[in-house]
Amino acid sequence: MALHDVQSSPGTDNRWRHVRRLLERAGPLGGPEFEPDPELFSAIRSDLVQILVVGAGGLGCEMLKDLALSGFVNLHLIDMDTIDLSNLNRQFLFRPKDIGRPKAVVAAEFVERRVSGCRVTPHFGKLEDKPLEFYRQFMCIVCGLDSVQARRRLNQIVCSLVQFDESDQPIPTSVIPLIDGGTQGFQGHCRVVRAHATPCLECTADLYSSTQQGFPLCTLAHTPRLPEHCIEFARIMQWPQEWPFGEEVPVDGDDPHHVDWIRTEACKRARQFGIREPDFRLTQGVVKHIIPAVASTNAVISAQCVTEVFKAITGCYPLLNNFANFSDIEGVAVNVVPLERNPQCDVCGQPPPKPLTFNSRDSLQTVINQLKSEHGMTRPSLTACVEGRDVTLYMDLSFLRDQLADNLDKSLAELGLLSNTVLNVTDSAQSGMKPVTFVLNLEDGMET
Amino acid sequence: MLNLHKKSQENKNSNKSTSKSSPAYLRVQKDLSDIDTKNHCTRLTYPNPNDLMNFKLAIAPDEGFYKGGLFIFNFHVTDQYPHEAPKVKCETKVYHPNIDLEGNVCLNVLREDWKPVLSINSVIYGLQLLFQEPNPDDPLNREAAEVLKSNRRLFEQNVLRSMRGGYVGEEYFEKCLLK
Repeated sequence: MALHDVQSSPGTDNRWRHVRRLLERAGPLGGPEFEPDPELFSAIRSDLVQILVVGAGGLGCEMLKDLALSGFVNLHLIDMDTIDLSNLNRQFLFRPKDIGRPKAVVAAEFVERRVSGCRVTPHFGKLEDKPLEFYRQFMCIVCGLDSVQARRRLNQIVCSLVQFDESDQPIPTSVIPLIDGGTQGFQGHCRVVRAHATPCLECTADLYSSTQQGFPLCTLAHTPRLPEHCIEFARIMQWPQEWPFGEEVPVDGDDPHHVDWIRTEACKRARQFGIREPDFRLTQGVVKHIIPAVASTNAVISAQCVTEVFKAITGCYPLLNNFANFSDIEGVAVNVVPLERNPQCDVCGQPPPKPLTFNSRDSLQTVINQLKSEHGMTRPSLTACVEGRDVTLYMDLSFLRDQLADNLDKSLAELGLLSNTVLNVTDSAQSGMKPVTFVLNLEDGMET
Repeated sequence: MLNLHKKSQENKNSNKSTSKSSPAYLRVQKDLSDIDTKNHCTRLTYPNPNDLMNFKLAIAPDEGFYKGGLFIFNFHVTDQYPHEAPKVKCETKVYHPNIDLEGNVCLNVLREDWKPVLSINSVIYGLQLLFQEPNPDDPLNREAAEVLKSNRRLFEQNVLRSMRGGYVGEEYFEKCLLK
């Protein structure tokens, strides 16, 4: 079976033949607008193509490796953690000598050394430490995060970058595809988010909610049946009464003394109620909400995610539509569902903010008057996000009105509002109304 | 995809986006606008009006065992809201089967029955219901629950004594009557 194979051209060694096959040959499975092109391979290695990997843990290490070995050369990696002993069984870019060093930094060093030509820029810190514009440089963002919180934040960042044209349609080049991967034991998922075309992460945030909002307090207090109840009782109720390591010192799941104290108390309680006594491992697992990680799941999900990144950037094949579930608890099962957007979504279900034009010397009352006369509001309440901080401007509600009354006569400049500040407005006379967003346009004002 | 992106390089600086408030914050703003201000038994206060996520709720039941009392709760809304319930603790020491002496509240919607479709209003109603109908079958304060089940008259007296300021058994309760 002699298929046309890619030619070795000068300057491109055979090392990347497998990638070039996908990009330089046509075939029946190619994407709808895909045209094979020998230039594509060098294009994906040009400075135009920057990819951000969020998270350098179990999934992040795999993703970084897969991206580097797929031919991408401009990678950025962000992670706020340092390396811990327990990471070493699966986060294979780290060694015992690296314990205590930032994950992003060590991972970047390893991959640059191993894959020549690949540049990895590490960022040791949190997502919110970077300004919004930092994220605009990326053609694709892929994440392997371990919390709902971080996902929501990243989702909001990606959705905030979307710009709209005159007919309020999202401009396609401002929509950065977000590929989200997650694993938990023998299960995992991979999904593709293109804001306004597919559901964003907020649309389906309940999929990620932990089923454990917590055991009922009365069960913990009077009718425990499981070792976990005893552990939670010690953590939630006994700890804040006894403060065993000092007044107001919170539980630190990584401190073995803390975990030991909880275990001792939990065992006493377990004996009292005739329940199996928990060991250190279970205790720490409950306190830290640990779910054991399986390296193979990370490998599978990462492969799927990076395949989607490759497709998103090259257009060689249609993207996953749009959520894939994976489980190999018994046999292997992959199920793909096309999730639908939530029209009420707090993040992507909002129409783009309408401009409100004022002078920076105008008072807040002037803005409110205009909201009443021209935007159909009766009792508007306004908040804003100024330089990352949430600020309450005025709330027309009995329990806040008086405290904020002074703001009404202040000018917009005095309140710290600049051009491009987004205002969130609700109307307490219209129950159930979601905040309507406006963007402030100050004729004489400074920009954010 | 690559071809489109090449063209976009020209448009990059046309409109700058600005940071937006978190979904949790916006949802809290919406919930606050929906709070039933005609409910005269409850009142919210904000120590810091710029921080909509932390506030206090005062409940003054107008019927039942706790009529005449004033009970203060502290609300802390996390940035996981509405996917995580607000954290509520009772700051008034109260003799109640579902509220322990440390202020923990046993209310289903605060833990196992919380759903994102619920709101701050739902929690307020739930708390009010605790005072109208204390539930001895779900106790955090077992002694109070026992008394309620076995001797309603004694329970009523204990509640009154605790609200007026006094001892119930070994525990002393500060006066918490509505002035």
